[in-house]
Amino acid sequence: MSMLLQVQNLRCGYGSLEVVHGASLHVCAGEIVGLLGANGAGKSSLLKSLVGLLHPWQGDIFVDGRPTRGQPAWRSLSNSMVLVPEGKMIFADLTVRENLLIGGYHNPDRLLQLEIVLDRFPRLRERTSQLGGTLSGGEQQMLALGRALMARPRLLLLDEPSLGLAPLMVQEVFREIRKMKDLGVTVLLVEQNVVGTLQIADRAYVMETGEIILEGLAADLLHHPEVKRAYLGQGGKKSWE
Amino acid sequence: MDAGNLTLQYLLSGITKGSIYAVVAIGFNLIYSATGVLNFAQGEFVMLGGMVAVTLAHFVPLPVAVAGAVVIVALVGCLLEVLFFRKLRHHSVLHLIIITIGLSIVIQEAALHIWDEKVRSLPYFTGNEISSIKLFGAAISPQVIWVLATVAVTVAALHVFLKFTLPGRAMRACSSNPEAAMLAGINIPNMRTLSFGLSAALGALAGCVISPITMTHYESGAPLAIKGFAAAIVGGLGNPMAAVLGGLLVGVLEAFSVSRLPAAYNDVSAFAILLLVLFVRPHGLFGRPGGEAVREH
Ligand SMILES: Nc1ncnc2c1ncn2[C@@H]1O[C@H](COP(=O)(O)OP(=O)(O)OP(=O)(O)O)[C@@H](O)[C@H]1O
Ligand SMILES: [Mg+2]
Repeated sequence: MSMLLQVQNLRCGYGSLEVVHGASLHVCAGEIVGLLGANGAGKSSLLKSLVGLLHPWQGDIFVDGRPTRGQPAWRSLSNSMVLVPEGKMIFADLTVRENLLIGGYHNPDRLLQLEIVLDRFPRLRERTSQLGGTLSGGEQQMLALGRALMARPRLLLLDEPSLGLAPLMVQEVFREIRKMKDLGVTVLLVEQNVVGTLQIADRAYVMETGEIILEGLAADLLHHPEVKRAYLGQGGKKSWE
Repeated sequence: MDAGNLTLQYLLSGITKGSIYAVVAIGFNLIYSATGVLNFAQGEFVMLGGMVAVTLAHFVPLPVAVAGAVVIVALVGCLLEVLFFRKLRHHSVLHLIIITIGLSIVIQEAALHIWDEKVRSLPYFTGNEISSIKLFGAAISPQVIWVLATVAVTVAALHVFLKFTLPGRAMRACSSNPEAAMLAGINIPNMRTLSFGLSAALGALAGCVISPITMTHYESGAPLAIKGFAAAIVGGLGNPMAAVLGGLLVGVLEAFSVSRLPAAYNDVSAFAILLLVLFVRPHGLFGRPGGEAVREH
């Protein structure tokens, strides 16, 4: 399998504070890879530095074998890599339709893709002229996913897509992510929902205070004693929050 | 002339000046939305537009001179962004605003050197200073019609641009959420440059159409920046179309206060409205509550 994303020894932080201390990971084409970890572990910072929202201090990033470290965020899309950031970040005062069209800013077939995305998310089709900011939390998450799909990315970076959603909605979001894989989209999924992620992922990494401490097949990690202890609240009271 | 006609005359003169304030206020809005900076050099674009067009009009037909002035001033706007604001992004917004005030002075001095301190004006687009059109008993200069029509068409075109074209939507996306816009692959630095170019072009066009009525000289831009700023705040920053209403309001109130108050109070009315609005509705008359008139950074 070809390596779509390769990260080597990445360090990044804010001001003089380093929050990711040399992380290495890779994602192969067609995989869903989970990146798990407690609050403040540095997962979001890692994703941000992959697309250039945060400047990596050290280390290498290769997308499809090409180095991308240090390029501005607006160029990350030219590597067909799209980040759906934490907290949805939709355009609140643009309509749903406009949000989606901006997602396809560099896609010449954006009107065609709009139909495909609206078919996938019928909830959005009913609301195309509603302002993004007036959507419910779950609908905004769908919009953020839909907007990312408008660019027809090969690699999707998702930052806690289940955050703040009711259980039923969480299931729906995970189902959608699973479907992305069937469409040939590769996914790097940052999550706190350990079980949900390990159920749909092929492999996963576990991050703790800026370092990757565990990696393996999702099925193995689900039964890994360390994961069970720290994240699933078994064999000890220590919870992951 | 009876009182009704006089009122109409004041109203028209207010709307004419107000429409120019409106264009300046739109310029404030476009740049503010894209960069968070209040550009107090906005009035200089209006002055430059008039000056460049007057000079070009010696060599080429008037429409070409106006078009040329708009293009040249738009390029000046882009250049200012690239030379100053792009390099100084990491400075605080307050610093950047002070820089715009400095730039406004520099541009005035440059204009004084390139041209001189003489008052100039473009010829009337149609007719001349004594021709007039009667409307409901009031005498209107045809140039007033030119001003109103140009501003109306410009505002409509801008609305269509922002609402229905991809670059226009991208500009709105940038002001709505710059990070998300970057992730969609929008080149934010270029969008900022575009906002300066567009504001400068609009200002220059306004400077051309108003030149036959109010004349142009190197200092004529600064008061416009102040009135346009007042109009933008009164309308509610962040909404170019509210700026139009703000501009008209400031213009009309100014015209009526001039008719009642001594000339020395000429500029006071704009500030009086500005302060009143800031007290009563900090988000502007037509702005949404929540979006403060002056955003904190
Ligand atoms: N803009 C910022 N400025 C300074 N420090 C920051 C900033 N953003 C994050 N941090 C710090 O960096 C560390 C890692 O944060 P990050 O958001 O990457 O964690 P995370 O793993 O995504 O956590 P969560 O699961 O809560 O989203 C935290 O200690 C956080 O306080
Ligand atoms: Mg996070």
